[in-house]
Amino acid sequence: MDILVIHLFNALLYASVLFLIAGGLSLIYGVMRIVNLAHGNLYAFGAYVTAWVVGQALAGAHPVILYLLLPAGAFAAALLGAILEPTLLRPFYRRAEEYQLLVTFGLLMILEDLMRFFWGPYPLTATSLFEKMGSLKIGESVYPRYHLLVIGIGVLAAGFLWAFVYKTRFGVVLRATSQDMRRASAMGVNVNRVYIQAFTIGCFMAGLGGAIVVPGQSAVLGMGVDALVLAFVVVVVGGLGSLEGALVGALIVGIVREFGVSVFPEVELAVLYLIAVVVLLVRPAGLFGRTA
Amino acid sequence: MSTVPLTLQARSPMKALPWAVPVALLLFALPQAIDPYKTILLAYGLVMGIAALGFNLLLGYTGLLSFGHSAYFGVGAYAVALIFKYFHVRSMELFLLGAILASLVVSALFGFVCVRYTRIFFGILTLALSQVLWSLAFKFYPITGGTDGLRVPTPTLLGLPIDTAGDKILFLARNYYYYVLGFFFACVLVMWVIVNSPFGKALQAIRDNETRAEFVGIHIRRYRFVAFLVSGVFTGIAGALWVPLNGLTTPDILYWPFSGEIVFMTVLGGFRTFSGPIFGAVAFNYLKTSAVGFTTYWQALLGAILVFLVLALPGGIVGTVVQLFPILKKRFSR
Repeated sequence: MDILVIHLFNALLYASVLFLIAGGLSLIYGVMRIVNLAHGNLYAFGAYVTAWVVGQALAGAHPVILYLLLPAGAFAAALLGAILEPTLLRPFYRRAEEYQLLVTFGLLMILEDLMRFFWGPYPLTATSLFEKMGSLKIGESVYPRYHLLVIGIGVLAAGFLWAFVYKTRFGVVLRATSQDMRRASAMGVNVNRVYIQAFTIGCFMAGLGGAIVVPGQSAVLGMGVDALVLAFVVVVVGGLGSLEGALVGALIVGIVREFGVSVFPEVELAVLYLIAVVVLLVRPAGLFGRTA
Repeated sequence: MSTVPLTLQARSPMKALPWAVPVALLLFALPQAIDPYKTILLAYGLVMGIAALGFNLLLGYTGLLSFGHSAYFGVGAYAVALIFKYFHVRSMELFLLGAILASLVVSALFGFVCVRYTRIFFGILTLALSQVLWSLAFKFYPITGGTDGLRVPTPTLLGLPIDTAGDKILFLARNYYYYVLGFFFACVLVMWVIVNSPFGKALQAIRDNETRAEFVGIHIRRYRFVAFLVSGVFTGIAGALWVPLNGLTTPDILYWPFSGEIVFMTVLGGFRTFSGPIFGAVAFNYLKTSAVGFTTYWQALLGAILVFLVLALPGGIVGTVVQLFPILKKRFSR
């Protein structure tokens, strides 16, 4: 029984992080119609910044301060996004999608090496945050408390995002821009500002995903590239541009992955991609996607 | 969908001869003039040129951007490695035959799914499918060797015994270079015929206007599917030819950033021209090799070049030269 509970927690853990990454990717696509291949690198950037900041503050800082530093990666990724959108992406909205994919692929290569330049080729860890929280007894087994914190942050983030998009004035503007950019613009919406805000929020989510993952694992080069393909599976299953879809997709991928690793480890990843293909064949726009 | 003015026009083969013949002769004579290392580098470039040529049938001629061409390259390469592992065959021709069959099967399977979509979804779907193969190569250690990859020794060419007395460098720079060159010429010729055939014209019509193409009676999905097959097989051949050069197949060639490299080469050379991808592949190969030698941060350098290219020179090297040519002509005749 407790093994099942632990599997379930692990599935939720995967799902929380995946939702943050894929949700950001989906939000950006929904509003701006851009698939950002460098999105995984913003997640990695968040992980690196948090690990670095925590490492710098580690000596003699109060534990509470260390936990308050956790979101540093998210804010750093948001800042990076706020710089990148107007400088690099804005010239491409009018051009064919191929060019957008290419320019974000170029960005991916640059960001990957930027992280190598700043933090070197070795993994960066912030395990003290993970260890300080200790663990919890579930029946006969132990489970790290930190993982529960990650799940909590994932749930909170989903809740905040829902409230933000559906209950605030900004959310209305965001959805209006997403549905019809020209008409929203004609109604007096500053589309450029909405784009920069949406991109910043998307990057913030990816950065937050990286920030909460880094105490449990570590920041390594290539983690962004790995994360992106999983995020793709999530948005393809859920529907590109849909936040509900990202949530459901993340849960599906989280559960399949967790049980896949223990039941059919060799084909665990292949099964995930095949799920994405089957969903695309049955429902081309994904489970929650709107057909354009 | 495309707003870029076309530089592709129906050209008779005779018109291409004045520059195609000197280039061919140069490729033929070069190994006598440059050292073996550079010859092998050029062979790598030619192999990638075949892959980019196949890739560009989809991007440049059919208007579909695949981000999963690592799959067919990898299938070609792994077919060679697995044939050697299980059948202990060393004949390059059998390797190629196996690679063609394997990449045909895989691209038929993937193409069946992918050609239902266009634009961004096509890109994502091809990427996701290629990652199925990557994860299989990565995880099935007993068969594929996982990240260790599979070693493949020097093959025999055309059934002849290897005559370079075990000197692998010399073998690659002489015998194998000309072998690759032969296949390269054959692939270029076949692709030239394909894109200038009625079939190729139909693909270009689909690219330029899907609705109108359908209106004149072109069966769009079937044409896209066949283009996908041809593209996959060309890339598979490139994958097979690449193996003896590298001596080793690893899952890296199935991972999606490698697909990105194929896209990069094609855009670097210019995807609106026939010869662009070939020049792009050779140039990219030199660029990458020198960037890796020049700085640890070669990836950032290449990324910056890609961003600059897309921003300033969307026509690529060949596309830009072709655009400039009438201007240059005018200036010189004045």
